[in-house]
Amino acid sequence: MMDVPAQVVYSRPESLTSTPTTYCPGCTHGIAHRLVAEVLDEMELRENTIGVAPVGCSVFAYNFFNCDFVEAAHGRAPAMATGIKRVLPDRVVFAYQGDGDLASIGMAEIMHASGRGENITVIFINNAIYGMTGGQMAPTTLPGQKTTSSPDGRDVEQAGYPLRMVEALATMQGTGYAVRRSLHDPKNIRLAKKALRMAFEVQTRGLGFAIVELLSSCPTNWGLTPKESLKFIEERMIPVFPLGDFKVHPALEGLRV
Amino acid sequence: MARELLEGNRAMAEAAVRAGVQAYFGYPITPQTELLEWMSKRMPELGRAFLQAESEVAAINMIYGAACTGVRVMSSSSSPGVSLMMEGISYIAGTELPVVLIDVMRGGPGLGNIAPSQGDYNQIVHGGGHGDYFPIVLAPSSVQEAIDFTVMAFDLAEKYRALTFVLADGNIGQMMEPAELPPMQPVDRPIPDWAVRGAKGRERRILSSIYIRPEDEEVTNLRLLERAGKIKENEVRYKEYFLDDAEIVVVGFGTAGRVAFSAVRAARAQGIRVGLLRPITLSPFPSEAVAELAAHAQAMLVVEMNSGQMLDDVLRPVAGQIPVEFYGRLGGVVPFQDEVLTEIERIAHHPPTIEFDPREKWIRRMKEILN
Ligand SMILES: Cc1ncc(C[n+]2csc(CCOP(=O)(O)OP(=O)(O)O)c2C)c(N)n1
Repeated sequence: MMDVPAQVVYSRPESLTSTPTTYCPGCTHGIAHRLVAEVLDEMELRENTIGVAPVGCSVFAYNFFNCDFVEAAHGRAPAMATGIKRVLPDRVVFAYQGDGDLASIGMAEIMHASGRGENITVIFINNAIYGMTGGQMAPTTLPGQKTTSSPDGRDVEQAGYPLRMVEALATMQGTGYAVRRSLHDPKNIRLAKKALRMAFEVQTRGLGFAIVELLSSCPTNWGLTPKESLKFIEERMIPVFPLGDFKVHPALEGLRV
Repeated sequence: MARELLEGNRAMAEAAVRAGVQAYFGYPITPQTELLEWMSKRMPELGRAFLQAESEVAAINMIYGAACTGVRVMSSSSSPGVSLMMEGISYIAGTELPVVLIDVMRGGPGLGNIAPSQGDYNQIVHGGGHGDYFPIVLAPSSVQEAIDFTVMAFDLAEKYRALTFVLADGNIGQMMEPAELPPMQPVDRPIPDWAVRGAKGRERRILSSIYIRPEDEEVTNLRLLERAGKIKENEVRYKEYFLDDAEIVVVGFGTAGRVAFSAVRAARAQGIRVGLLRPITLSPFPSEAVAELAAHAQAMLVVEMNSGQMLDDVLRPVAGQIPVEFYGRLGGVVPFQDEVLTEIERIAHHPPTIEFDPREKWIRRMKEILN
């Protein structure tokens, strides 16, 4: 028999720490973290990057990422990222936000960061619910979806419609990249990784504001099993939040990642 | 440097520039706007960060981020805008970052008006944001002091990793008087070893105000408290005028202190033994100086442009030793020298007694004055 040398095919990215996860079983925050870390490794950005954690389930993101990190007030990550980027324009700055953080309390900050063409990367976790506070209605909660603060299901007559953030941000001149991906199966996870890579390429190339929305699961607060949750994303969320590229800077055309 | 005719807001802005401020974020609001306008021109021409933020909420959080990089940062606003900043102010305090903030106070509550006021004393000196934190608060009473205290604010903020306010009012911000600007300091200052700038060749750093275990948060609170104690030991500052033989001691800060100074001088000309204590640090408050004066004087008069927010900080060290009287104008009204002089004369000729609550007595007199 031939001697085949052992080969590492899968390991923890250097940009992740060895801290055990504190996310719930079946939550896709962990997948999103890993994808971002892989991109930082591939682009060799870890030592040059500052992350901004939100208020929400990912408030402890800094425990998991092996790079410099700060922790913002609820919704203000884009403002905090702006402050850092304006002082250190040659560093890579990314904000990681949930849907309550980005689309409700932080609406002004995200809109203006994009309007200014702030050269930062935003990872937007849309799980259609407020995870950390125990499952209340989010601005992205689906019509009819039951939450602890819409117990009979979101009534659009009373509580309005889910907000489509990347579509809105794509209309802004300062935006260089605005896409939506999903984390519900391996194929889509691979596509999400490519989008994250692009979003960091936008920043290192100085092409403006970049955002990747990731449709994510919250089994705990949805009251579903992890497997059912992935199905919920595919069957219920994607029809409301279509996947796609809503804005891609022309300078990125032909870029293969 | 020569003395020039300078406006307070622009002078504070230029003083910050010369103290080496590297990032300024703000939002327009009268009577502070000239400061932001000055920065919009000066900062970019020096290659430093300036941004007109979408709101004071955004401005303070931009400052929060910029402060994490370890450079000198500043924002400014006026009362309603500072109210809006309070959450961020608390986060900055909780993260132990050196940040300089200027509040050019105006009449309130609510939208109020754009006239000078001292109504933010409690919100700045005693908090306003959530949790236990203790900012340093400096109160200028002239354009020169506004300049000097802005520079000092950066030094103190850095020395103690503490939030430092320059608490001015619309009068200080908008008046012009001769003053001298400091020399330009170099901006390439040493970067502190807690700053977050990318983990090149070192362990990663985290800056956060979260301590999820209450026991850890308690340790942090105690550290902040201990630091406040050290600041009180080292940094109490005040000005004394005619206090050596004073039987009546007037206490006032900022513009009210300045008006009181003129009244004290006029009273002295009449032979009244009166002096002035003008606190420069409202936090730490010169409590010992007040207690000392109370031990020798016969009465005190606190003059403010609010309903007696500092009065309570004076009453505490006086501790009932002598009667304390209060005179305030509210809502953007600046007292005239004559009004304060009348108060001094009243106290000199009809020595007050301790039994009455100074605020209630003042309200009764106010009704007569206004009728
Ligand atoms: C000013 C302020 N308001 C409210 C809260 C409470 N709060 C904490 S997390 C959160 C919602 C987070 O939801 P989301 O952004 O969707 O993130 P997720 O937890 O689902 O990941 C809220 C309302 C807070 N911390 N600060």
